Amino acid sequence: MSLDRLQSCFERCKAESRAALVGYLTAGDPNPATSEKLLHVLAKSADIIEIGMPFSDPMADGPSIQAASERSLAAGTKMHDVFHLCLSVRKARPEAGIVLMGYANVAYAMGYEHFAEQAALAGADGVLIVDIPPEESGDFDAALKAHALHSIRLVAPTSSVQRRELAAKTASGFIYYVSLTGITGAEMGAVSDIRTQVDSLHNQSGLPICVGFGIKTVEQARSVAAFADGVVIGSHFVSCIAEHAGNESAMLAALDKTCAAMRAAMGNGSKP
Amino acid sequence: MNKDFRMYDMEIRHAPDAGGHFDRFGGKYAAETLMGPLAELEAAFYASWEDESFQAERLRLLQQYVGRPTPLYHAEHLSRAIGGAQIILKREDLTHTGAHKINNTIGQGLLAQRMGKKRVIAETGAGQHGVATATVAAMFDMQCDVYMGREDMRRQAPNVFRMELLGARVIPVDCGSGTLKDALNEALRDWVASCETTFYIIGTVAGPHPYPLMVRQYHAVIGQEARAQCLEQFGRLPDVAMACVGGGSNAMGLLHPLRDDDIRLVAVEAAGHGLDGDEHAASMLAGRPGILHGNLTYLLEDAEGQIKGTHSISAGLDYPGVGPELAAMYEAGRLELDSATDDQALEAFSRLAHTEGILPALESSHALAAAMRMAADMSPDEMILVNLSGRGDKDLDTVMQVFGKDAKAAAGGAA
Repeated sequence: MSLDRLQSCFERCKAESRAALVGYLTAGDPNPATSEKLLHVLAKSADIIEIGMPFSDPMADGPSIQAASERSLAAGTKMHDVFHLCLSVRKARPEAGIVLMGYANVAYAMGYEHFAEQAALAGADGVLIVDIPPEESGDFDAALKAHALHSIRLVAPTSSVQRRELAAKTASGFIYYVSLTGITGAEMGAVSDIRTQVDSLHNQSGLPICVGFGIKTVEQARSVAAFADGVVIGSHFVSCIAEHAGNESAMLAALDKTCAAMRAAMGNGSKP
Repeated sequence: MNKDFRMYDMEIRHAPDAGGHFDRFGGKYAAETLMGPLAELEAAFYASWEDESFQAERLRLLQQYVGRPTPLYHAEHLSRAIGGAQIILKREDLTHTGAHKINNTIGQGLLAQRMGKKRVIAETGAGQHGVATATVAAMFDMQCDVYMGREDMRRQAPNVFRMELLGARVIPVDCGSGTLKDALNEALRDWVASCETTFYIIGTVAGPHPYPLMVRQYHAVIGQEARAQCLEQFGRLPDVAMACVGGGSNAMGLLHPLRDDDIRLVAVEAAGHGLDGDEHAASMLAGRPGILHGNLTYLLEDAEGQIKGTHSISAGLDYPGVGPELAAMYEAGRLELDSATDDQALEAFSRLAHTEGILPALESSHALAAAMRMAADMSPDEMILVNLSGRGDKDLDTVMQVFGKDAKAAAGGAA
């Protein structure tokens, strides 16, 4: 990467003594046009924007993000729309980190090489595919690398020491620590347990550690921001769309407000 | 080992590679949270497979509880009516619970016990795997939750009631199309959250490694028995072996033990309303390789990789993928494909009822339809072995709707 935006994002946050806000929305939810406005609102507050690629069978997602995928696909969102939305965010926020997130079959159907090429052209910095673990990632990682894209890896509470090492060795950009044994949007685990895991990951890898899955309140975000390099908010942001279905301006206002609150929870200047 | 078990081969033949790949198919395309539990399951499976007392208990239950070996029956009247090759039926419909599915749930249920799991979950389409899981959960005193699409619950109401009678909770699945693939998604979501206490009993030869291998090994008794019975009853092996394929568990069960013999192996996919449209479930004939539910295999998907809705009159075949080993056997040229439409399956259903007094499951009726078609072009001294994977009682509502409650018309119309 000639210009490693993800690294710069984390360095900038560190200089401001705070954690990075990593915000997720599903591309094309509730439709591509509104989604573009929503992503721009998210990009005002988030340091790193995770753009979800809708999939018909999102096996690792809870009801909130499942519904987002369904709305997006029902509105006719295609992968060229996803890349268009990505590029639109990139143009608005040249310095932000952007990660494409989704499921293997969408990338596989395009061909890994073509997918990586399009992702890079759209201005993405990294890709996180939920169901491509390190064991299956050889061809995929090679395609990402050829286009200077980071391969973000998940580490879960059930990951053994060996698997954590494998993730540390094969990941780039950052490591995404799954804060609970479950699907997105479930109840977050105990903060003390998460802290122990994140501290131990910090000892294993020089990469930034972001924590996500189940963080819904400003208090939870603040407590995790105290020790993690980044806090991922997904289902909570996505729920603004369902709550204000059919009312675009209310949707945008609600997202703006909740994004700003989460951004404030990252601990401006307060992080040790 | 008991002498009654001599026909069973305990060696794992044609094993996948260490990562669970059958050529380029299969693998472990799972979320990170499940990778640890899958490794634990794999280790437990291999250790149990080498454990003679585990195997002896499994085979004892297959014999005394399931009713194995199931008979091999020469359908003489049907064969004569067709006037071609002899059709031989492997009578999995005569097992306890009425379908082959229980071979697998006995194996996985015992493994769950061995691993100290107190709760089992399952997905089900037609309800046969759900019933088979609820059955062993009742016997082994384990808590049992079965995920079932709401549409399938409507189509297979008697099986829902059966599961509940056996003490299982049936959880309706509304997401997606409300069918088998969505039930599998929900079961996976449950397992991601509950993997420390819960054993996920997958009902077919798909999913992340080690499921395709494990389920195939538990069903291999079908083909091993059929092979020995053919030699004993007819003094020879069949020329063709056939099975219907949705996910492919009964197909792998019959065909895997025969793959090193000089026998044509044929998998029959559900052509629904015809292969030209989208209303079918023929993932190998009409699909392409992709990644879903933990494995790389043939899928029915659109150009963007979104999984398509499927249709088959038989809920058990209504799945947009197929076991990865079948995909590998197909690509390697060891597996031939055929298909049967809803109407052809119904006709085969009627014809077997009328000529042999057997009501086959609509799933198995697909294999029969293809076998009858093939037999007509073969000589009477040739033999086609068909897996009659389940009995048709569960399908009476569906068949009644189609034939307008006029059973005479059903039999007469097809005779």
